[in-house]
Amino acid sequence: MIIVISAQDNTPESRVDPRFGRAAYFLAYNTEDGRYTAVANEQNVMAAQGAGIQAAQAVVALHPDLVVSGNVGPKAFRALSAAKVKVALWSEGTVAEAIELVKANKLQAADGANVEGHWM
Amino acid sequence: MPNLTIAVASGKGGTGKTTVATNLTVALAREGLDVAYVDCDVEEPNGHIFLQPTVDREEEARVAIPSIDPDICTGCGECSDFCQYNALAVLGPSVMLFPELCHSCGGCRLVCPEKAITEIPKTVGRVRTGTSHEAGFIDGTLEVGATQIHPVTSLVRRTVGSHQCAVIDAPPGTTCPTIEAVRDVDYVVLVTEPTPFGLNDLELAVGMVRELGLRFGVVINRSDIGDDRVETFCIRENIPVLLSIPYDLECARAYAGGHLAIDRSETFRHMMVDLYHRVEEGAHD
Ligand code: SF4
Ligand code: SF4
Repeated sequence: MIIVISAQDNTPESRVDPRFGRAAYFLAYNTEDGRYTAVANEQNVMAAQGAGIQAAQAVVALHPDLVVSGNVGPKAFRALSAAKVKVALWSEGTVAEAIELVKANKLQAADGANVEGHWM
Repeated sequence: MPNLTIAVASGKGGTGKTTVATNLTVALAREGLDVAYVDCDVEEPNGHIFLQPTVDREEEARVAIPSIDPDICTGCGECSDFCQYNALAVLGPSVMLFPELCHSCGGCRLVCPEKAITEIPKTVGRVRTGTSHEAGFIDGTLEVGATQIHPVTSLVRRTVGSHQCAVIDAPPGTTCPTIEAVRDVDYVVLVTEPTPFGLNDLELAVGMVRELGLRFGVVINRSDIGDDRVETFCIRENIPVLLSIPYDLECARAYAGGHLAIDRSETFRHMMVDLYHRVEEGAHD
């Protein structure tokens, strides 16, 4: 399975970025081969509106089964749900720790967005 | 187009803008003028509460939004790359539209190499036309969940028709919705209060109308409750103070009860007629 985590930097030791749409990076981890792929999210950090939607698009392109981030707005949540990607809300540690939690089945998938969008 | 279009505006809400706009309209109608009240505060229209209009026509404000045929779409992403407003997301083989972010530019339809996109109408607001106390009445209401203020305001403005005089109740503030409501009017009446906050908001509003090159003057509401800094500011900036309305219990009570202050106070009715004459002079000199 592929897990995508919003991260403040591009290594597994980076802290999970609590923001989804405006996260600095997305790290995709493949449980099959244990490899990481980092994707910068620069253009969205500056977006006036719809950052979460574009972030969701970028994340969906990585074919994840699960996304881990601190806060996911309603539009991003709608987009991820439409692509059948589950979302777990967690940002209390590093990317590597998030993956361990997922593997140990300790992160629950959320059933809705937990923050209001920046623009409605 | 009316002969004289007056916008009543203010830098923030709660200054008495709607009180002035509604009472001014009805006072003029009773003087025999062919006048209409036009509520452009489409996010929160409240003139109808005081004017209790008889509505005889309703029109929908519509915009075109894209509709994507999932059978034709290949998920190439051209449309989403193009959209400046981030309203489209390519999610695997399909595209999802977020209509609340769409600005109806029509660009995605043009860039789609598969011709998978057509345009469909979406209702974003309603414009009502009617009468109240011998005056014309027009207001616009943004649909719940819609964010496209501009097309609703613009339909309200186009619906005004051929009254001699139109009194526009502009949304409070100094951003796009207000600018759209006051654009091209003959005169702007800025309603303010004599408090430090009132002055601050007035300064912003003055900046806006000057930027737009409009003629304007100030009405000081509750003129006896604060200090004289608003007046000093107006003198220094050479801005006419059209009217000072003292804090009058009758007016406040009329407002709270959803009545018109001119029905309670003959003084207030005279004030509104005088205000009109000052505006008329100001608009034509
Ligand atoms: S019409 Fe314009 S704003 Fe709307 S989705 Fe298409 S490209 Fe974006
Ligand atoms: S441009 Fe057309 S084909 Fe490509 S993703 Fe958009 S709708 Fe689909």
